[in-house]
Amino acid sequence: MAITRIIFPRLILLLFVVLGVAIITFTISHLIPGDPARMIAGDRASAETLENVRRNLGLDRPVVEQFTIYIGNLLQGDLGTSLRTNRPVAADIRTFLPATLELGTVALFIALCLGVPLGVLSAVYKDGPIDQIARTVSVCGISMPVFWFGLILIYVFYAHFQILPGSGRLAMGIVPPERITGFLLIDTLLQGRFDAFCSAVYHLILPGFVLAFANMGVITRQIRASMLDVLQEDYIRTARASGLRKGVIIFNYALRNALIPSITLLGLALGDLLYGAVLTETIFAWPGMGTYVVTSIQTLDFPAIMGFTIVASIGYVLINLLVDLAYMLADPQIREV
Amino acid sequence: MSAVMPTDPVAATAATRRPKPLSERLRYLWYLSRRSPLTLLGVAIILMVLVMIVAAPWIAPYNPDKVSLTSRLLPPSAAHWFGTDEVGRDLFSRVIYGARASCGAAFMIVLISTAAGVLIGCFSGVVGGRVDTAIMRLMDVVLALPALVLAMALAAALGPSLFNSMLAVAIVRIPAYVRLARGQTLSLREQVFVKAARTYGASPFYILRWHILPNAMSPIIVQATLDLGGVVLIAAALSFIGLGAQPPTAEWGALVSSGRSYMLDQWWYATFPGLAILITAMGCNLVGDGIRDMLDPRLRGR
Amino acid sequence: MMTGLSLERGHALAIHNLSLEFPTFSGAIKALDNVSIDVGKAEIVGIVGESGCGKSVTTMAATGLLPKGRYDITSGSVSLFGRNTLAMDDGELQDVRGKVVSTIFQEPMNALNPTIRIGKQLTDVIMRHEETSLPDARRIARDILADMLIGEPERVMNLYPFELSGGMRQRVLIAMAFSCKPGLIIADEPTTALDVTVQAVILRLIQNRARRTGTSVVFISHNVAVVSQLCDRLYVMYAGRIVEHGATRTVLEAPQHPYTQALLRCLPERVAPKQELEAIPGAVPSLLHPPAGCYFQPRCKEAVDLCRSRSPRLAGAEGQQVACWRRGVASETSGQEGRQ
Repeated sequence: MAITRIIFPRLILLLFVVLGVAIITFTISHLIPGDPARMIAGDRASAETLENVRRNLGLDRPVVEQFTIYIGNLLQGDLGTSLRTNRPVAADIRTFLPATLELGTVALFIALCLGVPLGVLSAVYKDGPIDQIARTVSVCGISMPVFWFGLILIYVFYAHFQILPGSGRLAMGIVPPERITGFLLIDTLLQGRFDAFCSAVYHLILPGFVLAFANMGVITRQIRASMLDVLQEDYIRTARASGLRKGVIIFNYALRNALIPSITLLGLALGDLLYGAVLTETIFAWPGMGTYVVTSIQTLDFPAIMGFTIVASIGYVLINLLVDLAYMLADPQIREV
Repeated sequence: MSAVMPTDPVAATAATRRPKPLSERLRYLWYLSRRSPLTLLGVAIILMVLVMIVAAPWIAPYNPDKVSLTSRLLPPSAAHWFGTDEVGRDLFSRVIYGARASCGAAFMIVLISTAAGVLIGCFSGVVGGRVDTAIMRLMDVVLALPALVLAMALAAALGPSLFNSMLAVAIVRIPAYVRLARGQTLSLREQVFVKAARTYGASPFYILRWHILPNAMSPIIVQATLDLGGVVLIAAALSFIGLGAQPPTAEWGALVSSGRSYMLDQWWYATFPGLAILITAMGCNLVGDGIRDMLDPRLRGR
Repeated sequence: MMTGLSLERGHALAIHNLSLEFPTFSGAIKALDNVSIDVGKAEIVGIVGESGCGKSVTTMAATGLLPKGRYDITSGSVSLFGRNTLAMDDGELQDVRGKVVSTIFQEPMNALNPTIRIGKQLTDVIMRHEETSLPDARRIARDILADMLIGEPERVMNLYPFELSGGMRQRVLIAMAFSCKPGLIIADEPTTALDVTVQAVILRLIQNRARRTGTSVVFISHNVAVVSQLCDRLYVMYAGRIVEHGATRTVLEAPQHPYTQALLRCLPERVAPKQELEAIPGAVPSLLHPPAGCYFQPRCKEAVDLCRSRSPRLAGAEGQQVACWRRGVASETSGQEGRQ
């Protein structure tokens, strides 16, 4: 099977990547110019306290041993203890991850729904007014500083017009639903809490749109470029020469093929999405991984930063693996052999 | 060296184009720009930013660091076009001076990552064998990771400063250029003039310096130009979350960050520096798109 | 000007004095200059000439397949079964293409959509033009594939294009072109990318099917040998102009235009063994800055002063017409006045 032949090296790469991230994060945490023990113990701590903290963190052992322990802990899902919250980093991440996934999914959905049609129109009416508008919008999206765009929208829709909430996942007065999946949209519906559901949707609009806008630009540009490539293929000429209707040619014959190369780029765009989510969450006080990591950065909470890096990297690599699989399934040339 | 025919289409068009008189080329550029007014807009923006960087002391009406507690948080007016900040510094002047830090950082990032990427990539391609394999596997691992998250972790570890954040972003961008440079090197290595050089006994480093590097550069420079817009955004974003330039420095991301607390009442504080980021990034992206379109052989000559 | 040999039988395609330009940065490329081509009903007509001489542009302009906004038609008319295709809008053209006129392109490698099964690509076309259900459309597709000597048509319909050989793909494309019984088929170098052994089979398939169904065919090729086996009449094109036209046998046996003569001298089949093959000196002129007078004049051994200053016009008896000052009764082309 061709698929296993293609998947197998990628799984090996995945192993190396995980090991690589571990090495990188370990190295980074041990190259910190400051002394983490000093940071925890505080400036005025005695030498004895400092020594105790160091021993507790295992910082007094040889580097190789520290690394072995680190890897061993990682394999058991132990990402260390946050210096700030004093809770296991893994537990913190479990708390904050669903909010980020919810925001990211909604944003990706909005970005695809707007970006794909815009890219198609732009390519079909190349150089026309629609194309110029679509390109301007997409360049704006690509060039938009997410953090600033969020601030502006908060000012306009929250402070000025007071029609949309500017922070958090739920309105103040609403009791959050019991946590089942951590996805508010799902949890509220499961518990029949329509007031909370509406509030959650309401709170998703601004951050969802801010995060979607930047990615929409990338998607529009990608779809436009691959549509332009596909539209000049011989098989499109054949379809045109056979008198197929324009709509059929564009959607059934061209878009299908244009989406295949776009799939792999979608995987890479998830990296942008992740990074954009960090900034968006910061602006909208969204209780997710982004807010968590930025707060950790500001308080120099290295176990938390590295835990986030590891989880984000592995998630990113896994999603890209899935994307590659989807790519293979979409391309009959690989699927059928 | 004009006989080079690299496989990369961008390089191919650059290398095979015969020199034309300058007036002809300018006329051609003008023709292309007229067909895409957006590119022309991008060029205008970049020129404007360049003027801001070079002539900041002459354009800025005030000293960007001059504190004036009597004129705190003033709204935009004829005296202070963009208003003033919480200690009465003129925001227009700070935005003008901010171009130096923001664009300078972006430029340095691209320069460092390109230079390192080209050196490693060409070295890897020329040496080949196990060293090449090891380098490329390492690059694959780094490329498989989310670059910006890595840059954030790295910048946090190095300690918050403009230089450290620049370094962090530059490091995670190296692998992409390594790949590009290695690909160029591999295709150039098979060119007849390189083989010829080898037959008359040129050393690998002579070949690298005089035959490979000059020819591998043009597609890499194009790629670097294309990346500039994104890098402006990243540098500003790192400053915004507190990893880059620190507050007293006039840097756009840091300005937005300081202005954030005043957003609801003093909207101008964060708005104008952010607008500067948006416009600069847009200029870079528009010009980048324009360059790509011009080099696209399918679009040329039409 | 000439109309022709086939008027009495009625026209499938009548292109009259068609001139077409592609505007570019450096000026207009005069791709077609006063091209007139008639194709009678149930007639097979060939257009020959080197690549880039305007063969494909002529037929693509006639069927509205050139990219919109990238070309200007400066004069002339096209009539497809009495209907003016140049005046049609997109919807009308879509109705005409596939149903009235079908095109088979060269390069079968990319002419079928790689992500869609053969069967669907065929039935999409059939159901677009005929009022049929999907099972009926599949039956029609199966029959026509069988007619193209494809064994196991049912199996082939469930395959993707990359699973077929080039020859098979070309048969599928021919089947697609014939599927809605169009009155005219344009075969644009249909065998150029194929092995020589496959070429003959493909040509026979087109010819037999066309003769049997009374379909007119325009056969475009740079290969005189290929065209001569199939066609009733021949047009010889050079640099966007028709330089010679006549019944296939007449043109091949008594070529008049120096270009046609040179073209025929290049054919290995027509040269005695051990005799050196000829090549035409020089290259096709740039259509951006065409030479003055006859376009073939810079490469022509017989050129005289008149050839270098004024363009000859197609003239001659019904059976054979030629545009050459050195061949008797030529007069100046109307389209050339007004240009330098």
